[in-house]
Amino acid sequence: MQTIVLDSSDLGLASCLILMLALLSRRLNLHLERSLIISSVRSFVQLALVGVVLKLLFENVHISWLIAFVTVMLLVAGYEVRVRQRRRFTGLWGYGIGTLSMFLSTFAVTLFALLLIINAKPWYAPQYAIPLVGMMFGNAMNGVALGLDSLTNGVWQQQKVIEARLTLGQGWDEAIADIRRDSIRSGLIPIINAMAAAGVVSLPGMMTGQILAGSLPVEAVKYQILIMFLIAAGTGLGTISAVSVGARRLFDHRQRLSLGHLE
Amino acid sequence: MQFTPGPCLIWRRILKRLLVDALGCHGIGPVTFAIGAREIAILCGPSGAGKTVLLRAIADLEPHRGNVYLDGCSYLDIEPPQWRRRVAMLPAESQWWHVRVGDHFRSVDGQAFQDLGLPPDIAQRSVTLLSSGESQRLALLRLLQNEPEVLLLDEPTASLDRSAALLVEQLVKGYAEKSGACVLWVSHAVDQAERIGGRRFELYHGQLKETCGHADHCA
Repeated sequence: MQTIVLDSSDLGLASCLILMLALLSRRLNLHLERSLIISSVRSFVQLALVGVVLKLLFENVHISWLIAFVTVMLLVAGYEVRVRQRRRFTGLWGYGIGTLSMFLSTFAVTLFALLLIINAKPWYAPQYAIPLVGMMFGNAMNGVALGLDSLTNGVWQQQKVIEARLTLGQGWDEAIADIRRDSIRSGLIPIINAMAAAGVVSLPGMMTGQILAGSLPVEAVKYQILIMFLIAAGTGLGTISAVSVGARRLFDHRQRLSLGHLE
Repeated sequence: MQFTPGPCLIWRRILKRLLVDALGCHGIGPVTFAIGAREIAILCGPSGAGKTVLLRAIADLEPHRGNVYLDGCSYLDIEPPQWRRRVAMLPAESQWWHVRVGDHFRSVDGQAFQDLGLPPDIAQRSVTLLSSGESQRLALLRLLQNEPEVLLLDEPTASLDRSAALLVEQLVKGYAEKSGACVLWVSHAVDQAERIGGRRFELYHGQLKETCGHADHCA
């Protein structure tokens, strides 16, 4: 099977759909047209650039290029997590909690997959490493952002309840246990839903891409299952560690709720 | 600057159940006072004088300067959850996080509810149905379950009628008498202060002074 190559007029035609949506948004006073246009232009530019970068990476297979590429992805993901918070942690923590959790969880799970499951030669072969890391980051970023946002917002709204529980002699971890559990849950629900709906309600993107590129559906499905499990593990570990570190950060050494650590 | 206690202070530290020593927090203080076992002291002062902040600082919910001693033992030498169980604060506004009232109690004692004029089956009720007066009395019972040695009460009868307020006063007096706890009671009601008796403190412009029971700002 040979993939049909898209040219610029094909993409131009597709962009008409975005323009149509923007016009509709203007007509209905949704005030979404601006962000719709900006983000579609962003995705065009960013994907075009990453296409060029990936081309270079595939032509010069070296681990240091890969590390540089992944580091940039991580830093951008950390920034995105921070931007999505309604109440951010102050200082470096606002950036560090999410970034560090994504770093640890994504790398642990990706290395596990590359070294023990896929066994490519070399193990960092960009054909496998890049799609894997990219998808892990995308999902871990969503989980961590949702989890942290739910944590800080929940604590902000329920500060009186938390302090009442402290007053009754509960430790910080007991006083915040409910909010922490709910926050981890809200970070994990999207991937749990995605797994439950996969194949029945939705055809996951990676599998669809492989089939479009001419792979046999059964082979594509195997990779999709692998990726789903890796994503769930990476998102889960990342969300749990970010929410746990964040929860601890909201109390001082005397286990007093200190919202001074939030902006 | 390190505060060095004189011999008089060391003596009081041993004798008194609660000693607040040069405590400062959010524009209050330094505040120094002591309350002995079984003593109920009234704290009054105009709104916004920082009575709640003072109570929160003693319960170690607010970062503060100075020191607080329980039976001669500094709060710094006691784990925070244990300190807050022993030096218990009743906030002016009580909070409930489980579904039913009874879920907040280790064991449900219908008699204790009745003694405060509450219906004996109130433990089965949903917390969303509590009136502010019921909520306040239940919060006091919940706090007493921890058998605290110091009670910091922030206007515990503010939303109660006179008869319910009398029941609360009786309960607290009885508890202090029986357990040897000391009580710091924030109250605006002059008649309440007179019924309870004991010393009265007034917090005014961030400074605490002991009044003789007829302070101008307490009314």
